[in-house]
Amino acid sequence: MKKLRYLLIGIFFGIVLCKVQAVSWWRMQEMFRFDGFYMYGLFATAIPTGIISVWLIKKFKIKTIDGDPIVVPTKKFNWGYVIGGLLFGIGWAFSGACPGPLLALIGAGKSVVIVVFLSALLGTWVYSWLRPKLPH
Amino acid sequence: MTQFLHQSWPWYVGGVFIGLTVPALLILGNKTLGVSSSLRHICAACFPLQVSYLKYDWKKESWNLFFAAGILIGGFIGGWLFADPQPETISHTTINALAQHGVVFNKGFVPDNIFNWHYLLTLPGLILLVGGGFLVGFGTRYAGGCTSGHGIMGLSTLQWPSLIAVISFFAAGILSAHYLLPLVLKLH
Repeated sequence: MKKLRYLLIGIFFGIVLCKVQAVSWWRMQEMFRFDGFYMYGLFATAIPTGIISVWLIKKFKIKTIDGDPIVVPTKKFNWGYVIGGLLFGIGWAFSGACPGPLLALIGAGKSVVIVVFLSALLGTWVYSWLRPKLPH
Repeated sequence: MTQFLHQSWPWYVGGVFIGLTVPALLILGNKTLGVSSSLRHICAACFPLQVSYLKYDWKKESWNLFFAAGILIGGFIGGWLFADPQPETISHTTINALAQHGVVFNKGFVPDNIFNWHYLLTLPGLILLVGGGFLVGFGTRYAGGCTSGHGIMGLSTLQWPSLIAVISFFAAGILSAHYLLPLVLKLH
């Protein structure tokens, strides 16, 4: 099945998130308090790796394994990026996790994180409901 | 090999691996890295609502759910099966500051005295775990992405709206970690 490739890359991503402690509540507090370099070093390596890879893909017009040209969708700014971003920042500092690490932590056996994940689903659902009334 | 899997990796190794998921997903099928969209797909699939944001063909985006399921399995492999026996090397300044607020350091990613079922039912537990989780879901969808979608994917493709989103994530995160978290912890 074609979708299995995304399961495999997800497994890889989940292992990496654990092995670089990006799932660690402690690491997030250390990062937000500017007490350590680890997370900043992680971003400072990951983003240039991504930038160079995308540049190489464009330069050599690399295609997908199915032979399609690669297109990167552009993001259009709206004020939700700021308001939603600020709200997410509070949740990130409180729970110590973004959506990816939440999933990885559940896999790592932290059972209470299931409640955090369900709360995130509730947050998404409430956003969907309020969306027409929110400034964007 | 198993020794490599059992230990934690330095940031310059892990950073490269994280960065490489961007071209990997593009080459595997023109997919853009992002995890928070899976929250939307799960809502659309399981708790549909008559609103445009949840009325779309989520099955077309199901690759993202396979990716999310993979992260769950990866967490089991990397965080349980091959869990690092050593505690994270967190700065002592952070550990001491949090200890003053009653959060005792332990290995294994999360503080056991917050992430347990008993603490969940206290006021600070509800705010940090249920409130925090709610804001993660509400905020990332409002912002159109999370740390992976904006922070890694958006910045890797040099999109300025993503930079604004990431600055907002960090601005609120920094303020919350310094001022809000100590206030919430005091409620216990």
